[in-house]
Amino acid sequence: MHLTKLVEDGAVVASLNASERGPVVRELLESLAAAGRIDDSLVDPLHNAVMKRERKGSTGFGHGVAVPHAKSDMVDNIRIAVGLSPDGVEFNALDRQPVFAFFLLLSPEGEPDLHLDAMETVFGRLSDDGFRRFLRQADSVEDVMTLISESDAASSG
Amino acid sequence: MPTRVEATVDNPLGLHARPAMLLAQKAAEYSSEITIGRKDREDTVDAKSIMHLLMLAATQGTTLEITAEGADESEAAHALAELVRTRFEED
Repeated sequence: MHLTKLVEDGAVVASLNASERGPVVRELLESLAAAGRIDDSLVDPLHNAVMKRERKGSTGFGHGVAVPHAKSDMVDNIRIAVGLSPDGVEFNALDRQPVFAFFLLLSPEGEPDLHLDAMETVFGRLSDDGFRRFLRQADSVEDVMTLISESDAASSG
Repeated sequence: MPTRVEATVDNPLGLHARPAMLLAQKAAEYSSEITIGRKDREDTVDAKSIMHLLMLAATQGTTLEITAEGADESEAAHALAELVRTRFEED
């Protein structure tokens, strides 16, 4: 799966204003709405869905990255928003370290294989030390999109 | 010789984030080196890393090969296989 296609029409926030878990998720959802990727009216209900999942266990999987996500019938295809926080956010991560990069992932209900494919794509990149290092250094939307498109080229061999 | 055990993912949602977390937590209880791969692919991942487990994209019906090497390898491999086979305690 190509990440460029999933984050095209850029729901990318190079410097998040929010500095706490709930508000970060909201800001990412609002960026999807601003990019026309979800309807404005879905920000609240999707926020509830994502936070419900977070309460079952933080999606801050360590190494300064988090992948808050939800499966919902409010989306008909994969939606991804990317956000960076130069100062780091306390996200109750598994390794208790602050989170610097967020990949918010929304998947349609009833398509678990599609969800797993998207997860594979996102974690394939995030588990790469180089990708994470460049992501942390990125300070513009262009930087992030360039990194993502270069990682697509590298991962497709 | 390391211990290798196969287990097939049987829950409809596959190896998504929550099961990956359960597997990684269980794997961390053992001192052995544990890797997991898909039977239909060559590469394997570290069973103690949630991020790596999620890269398997193991959907329902995927057969996993769990390989453990170390002092408690047999217990480790079988415990992880059991967790997969019992559908990660999901419906």
